[in-house]
Amino acid sequence: MVIEERKTYRVIGTRPIRHDGIDKVTGRAQYGADIRLSGMLHARTLRSPHAHALIKSIDASKALALPGVKAVVTGADFPEVADSIEDMGEAEGSLRDLSANVMARDKALYRGHAVAAVAATSVHVALEALALIEVDYEVLPAVLDVRDAMRSDAPLLHERKTASIAGESEKPSNVAKHDQFAWGDLEDGFGQAEVVVEREFTTEMVHQGYIEPHASTATWNSDGQITIWTSTQGAFTIRSQASGILAQPISRVKVIPTEIGGGFGGKTLVYMEPVAAILARKSGRPVKMQMDRTEVFEGTGPTSGSYIRIKAGATKDGKLTAVQSYLAYEAGAYPGSPVTAGAMTHVAPYDIPNCLIDAYDVVVNKPKVAAYRAPGAPAAAFAMEQVIDELAEKVGSDPLQFRLLNSSKEGTRGPGGRPFKAIGHEQCLRAAFESEHYKSPLEGPTRGRGVASGFWFNAGMRSSVTVSINPDGTVNLIEGSTDIGGTRTSLAMQLAETLGITAEDVKPTVVDTDSVGYNDVTGGSRVTFASGMAVYEAGMDMRRQLIARAAELMGAEAEELEYRDGAVVHKTDESKRYSFKQLCERIFERGATVVATGSVVGRGVGGAFATHVVDVEVDPETGKVDILRYTATQDVGTAIHPAYVEGQIQGGVVQGIGWALNEEYYYNEPGQMLNASFLDYRMPTSLDVPMIDAVIVEVPNPGHPYGVRGVGEVPIVPPLAAIANAVYRATGVRQQKLPMSPRRILETTFGLE
Amino acid sequence: MKVHVETTINSEPVELLAEPRQSLLEVLRDELGLTGAKEGCNNGNCGACNVILDGRLVNSCCVLAVEVSGKQVVTIEGVAEGETLHPLQQKFLEEAALQCGICTPGFIVAAKALLDREPEADEARVRYWLAGNLCRCTGYDKIVRAVLGAGAEMRNRASNTSNRGRTNGY
Repeated sequence: MVIEERKTYRVIGTRPIRHDGIDKVTGRAQYGADIRLSGMLHARTLRSPHAHALIKSIDASKALALPGVKAVVTGADFPEVADSIEDMGEAEGSLRDLSANVMARDKALYRGHAVAAVAATSVHVALEALALIEVDYEVLPAVLDVRDAMRSDAPLLHERKTASIAGESEKPSNVAKHDQFAWGDLEDGFGQAEVVVEREFTTEMVHQGYIEPHASTATWNSDGQITIWTSTQGAFTIRSQASGILAQPISRVKVIPTEIGGGFGGKTLVYMEPVAAILARKSGRPVKMQMDRTEVFEGTGPTSGSYIRIKAGATKDGKLTAVQSYLAYEAGAYPGSPVTAGAMTHVAPYDIPNCLIDAYDVVVNKPKVAAYRAPGAPAAAFAMEQVIDELAEKVGSDPLQFRLLNSSKEGTRGPGGRPFKAIGHEQCLRAAFESEHYKSPLEGPTRGRGVASGFWFNAGMRSSVTVSINPDGTVNLIEGSTDIGGTRTSLAMQLAETLGITAEDVKPTVVDTDSVGYNDVTGGSRVTFASGMAVYEAGMDMRRQLIARAAELMGAEAEELEYRDGAVVHKTDESKRYSFKQLCERIFERGATVVATGSVVGRGVGGAFATHVVDVEVDPETGKVDILRYTATQDVGTAIHPAYVEGQIQGGVVQGIGWALNEEYYYNEPGQMLNASFLDYRMPTSLDVPMIDAVIVEVPNPGHPYGVRGVGEVPIVPPLAAIANAVYRATGVRQQKLPMSPRRILETTFGLE
Repeated sequence: MKVHVETTINSEPVELLAEPRQSLLEVLRDELGLTGAKEGCNNGNCGACNVILDGRLVNSCCVLAVEVSGKQVVTIEGVAEGETLHPLQQKFLEEAALQCGICTPGFIVAAKALLDREPEADEARVRYWLAGNLCRCTGYDKIVRAVLGAGAEMRNRASNTSNRGRTNGY
């Protein structure tokens, strides 16, 4: 369903078959693990069995003596690197930390931390060799929970001081950073409040759960050229990180992105790429490294567990007067949790006159977190949207109407302080309110309906493309944005729209870092937006060039011609006309060609809002929560390919359902994740969810030529709270901890001791 | 110590030498170059490596290569007939039932194993049957629609074929 009027387009808004589709339904597409090079070795990683331990010595002599073993690396093989700030795709962090995360030096900081790797003639030999490596550990006390880690007597991961608004702290702690956001007058705001709600919430670490484990292959030639094939969201980001960690010039590193089997933010950091490169240098052969599923859980970046406390006040007629929030997020072993994004996003849907937010980034003995779809926002929305729900209930208001009364709109203070431009939160709320779903009755003793909203910034960043014509009237589109969910097609459609040709006449190809201008990660919901802008720019450049060529062919001045409906037309004599196809043919006949480029820093980003409605049924005997019906409304700006927009919404919702109901890193006391498999880390299956109704709301983004906003991330923001609110309506019990697993429901609601 | 295996893969006779510890998935991918079956978990929980073994849907990561001796294996590479896509493949494209595509071969093979026997399978049956296949991108909505659509297409074709047969018979 598409709501709102918008401009008429020829290609945008249609649903062409994706360009890479046949390769992906026939098994031909080459993903990370499908790379096979001549003479290639297979490598595997040895990982720390302890959550926190000094590495006193590593003896790999027995492993090296095993027939078939060609090289071993440990932390000693890595160059010392400066503590510089490095692009982590969707965030920034210390290069030294990243290097130490890739391969532990003197200390293992979480169970699963890489301590050595072996390259051998087969996977089985490599695995046998790992068992022969002797590591002498001195086990240290581990700290796993964010609040425990903030105590002054907590075991310290690093000897670092807290960076905060007040400067650096006196003594080292696990608190890496303290951010604060404040506006208005909090005391005054709570003074005006007639109802106040204060609650605390906790969430556990969860994983992106992409189905493709990480896989990287590297060669290191004797002339110093390093080539890396890897499954990544950002080939250029990986190039930068790998060259930094290897202390090699960036021009010596070429990264070839393979097809990628999901990422959701988790494939923006290097893990095995530099390790495979060093193994390749040491062995003189190509080296392929893969992780198994347990390594993916234990050795890559999930998103933070959190502790959040929110106090909010409103008048009796339902106007928010003040919000005070405290957020502490687990960063894992190195600083860099998305707590600041959580702090900024949870209040963004509402016009809040008085606000104070404190946000803490805290290291714990768990894997270093990576981005995960709207990083930081879902946990904060889980807290905020329940508090909003409770306020609505206290003032006797419909939860959607309460939100509508307080909704952010154009001109409301946006995150960071600048006012919002055209945004669609109100439209999403109205679409939810007017949906068949919300109007339909819901009956049954343990059934309930919940709603929640969410906000995500979306990102711009750098994108570059090259476009060239072919003699048959088709166009090659060379791009550097990894295609995770159909962006070859969403970009090809924007080029087709600009040139007035069909999506099928555009041939998009994702190329390596030597073959196209710079591109930032496929992340931040930015590709269809920012790479789309680059495509538009290239298309307009091509139109100008085509007009110039047509002018030569017609013996006219370029100013007399215009580009219209896929043709160059004489403004005053319409019989003088070249269609795009004719023009391509003629240009090649004359021994010429046309190449155009587009390169942008994506400014004009439009933030995304979503409002979700969910019906649940809670089984009092088992504690299981079933999702009966789900409707997700979202302002997408303009839906370029509505089917893939719906797909992003549906996929985000179902990841949110998993996070809400089942998923968590479940640890024992020494710091071992006890559920590091797809059997025990229970992601939703087809049997766990209904059809997801995606309601596309289109409030065009004024900052984009076709009105595009980012789409991919915001749909994971509301589900956690929407489901918690539904469970509350079904049972009368507020859910302050995630996941709302059967056990937790039984404990909180049905008296299980 | 390798074992000689004679088997049939996608209707072609295949001979190979496999270590007893090698899984069917490993041999398909690393020895035979059939990389359409994917490793997502290597312990039978995600279905990305699904193949059909003597008509039965299996996780090829949980089958030893030596076990397929004398049997028929169908992989994703054997689902299309030449350049003609199977109705499931066509519907997956039309319904946008894939995003990253890593789980897609497993889903198509799994759905084929269902529809070959039950082209009339309804939504509940499809969701139940596909519960062994994890997809993290789509939320399953469009996958289920694609499988239901392919079932309808296969029923259509079957009834057209039998109708034609009857006409010819007269």
